[in-house]
Amino acid sequence: MKIHFSNQGNLRNLQSFIKSLDFSDPSKLQITTHSKWITVHPANLALTAALAIKAGKQNTEIIGKIPDTGRYLDRMGLYKLTETKSPFEYNKKESAGRFVPISVIKTAKDQSRFISEMIPLLHLSEQSTMVIKYIIGELVRNVLEHAFSDDGAVVVAQYYKKTNRISIGICDTGIGIWKSMLENWHPKTDLDAIELSLMPGITGTTRREGGTSENAGAGLFFIKSIAKITRSYFAIYSGNAEYTLLKYRSDTRRLPTLYADPFRDRHTKIDDAPRFNGTLVAVDILLDETPEFQSLLGAIGKVYDEAIRERKRTKYKEPKFI
Amino acid sequence: MRKTINMYRQIGDFAENKEIAKRIRVENIMPTLSRGDGVELDFEGVDGATQSFIHALISDPIRQFRNVAYENLYYKNANKDVQKVISIVYRYMQESLGDD
Repeated sequence: MKIHFSNQGNLRNLQSFIKSLDFSDPSKLQITTHSKWITVHPANLALTAALAIKAGKQNTEIIGKIPDTGRYLDRMGLYKLTETKSPFEYNKKESAGRFVPISVIKTAKDQSRFISEMIPLLHLSEQSTMVIKYIIGELVRNVLEHAFSDDGAVVVAQYYKKTNRISIGICDTGIGIWKSMLENWHPKTDLDAIELSLMPGITGTTRREGGTSENAGAGLFFIKSIAKITRSYFAIYSGNAEYTLLKYRSDTRRLPTLYADPFRDRHTKIDDAPRFNGTLVAVDILLDETPEFQSLLGAIGKVYDEAIRERKRTKYKEPKFI
Repeated sequence: MRKTINMYRQIGDFAENKEIAKRIRVENIMPTLSRGDGVELDFEGVDGATQSFIHALISDPIRQFRNVAYENLYYKNANKDVQKVISIVYRYMQESLGDD
């Protein structure tokens, strides 16, 4: 496998990053970077770390000329997952901004500990902390319940002061979305599976409205909606499909309209990406655009209800007029 | 009679661990409701909760006991965020129930 970090590692360019991935020979992983400057989104790092764990430390290396900005890879813990010794020396107390380095979560207990111990490292306001805890809580739980990954969930987060933004990447090398939806929804393609996974009230565990006692099919819809309301990017990659929710226009103060069908949102998608056996979810949250959490939940809840009502209406019997 | 469950003692200040939600549901909520008694979930000290946690906690009691659950489940000291999540689960469960 080969991964290249360019100087444009953000969610707007995630599809370029994905198209450059080379999954041939899964027994080893080679990581290269732009020779002069690299910019890495937590999503890029989470995917790379998940693949490095899968390939094994002894089979993973960072090769070629690494620019000075590559020290970020070291700070985030990527070198520890590889055979390559870090060329960077620095005072460990040196500030590198507010971030959550590459972290692996394998159990619900790990998740609770991670949320109570790691999220405070981002030093956010109470309101923003709640949103981030919510997002990470739901996304990691999704992995633990649906991915069936031996290696758990890889989580990475970074706070960007200039834009007052939190970026999060969560990745697993489990069964992927298509397989998790297969039994109850029979999606034809990976893109169909992604669409289903983002629809409110649809869970891979049942076709029953309201879900099971454990699952309602709301998690990803809520996270995508939080990204839309905060005028931020959201992306999901599994199998050979990738979907990116594009940023909602910032020149209008009107609250963005939420849709049950993710394909009604402004988005880009591809269905010919290199096949990734797992799932990557990435989200940016612009904290300046984040409303009160309860009003955000209220707006999402309304669309959720309407989607269930709409789906029920389609099942109503029609009178036979002759 | 009303049984009180101190949620903070069970889950800390952020309610996201569904294994704990399931344990509370199976060991406390369901048996208490089946006896016709009330359950008071005290959220004092809990800052937030995910929809998944609340769903795992109360969707099954609502589905199985319906009016008995509506009449006998009480939420004490829940802040506005937690109240909102509980209300969302109540609404979509009621929207869904006709499907059974």
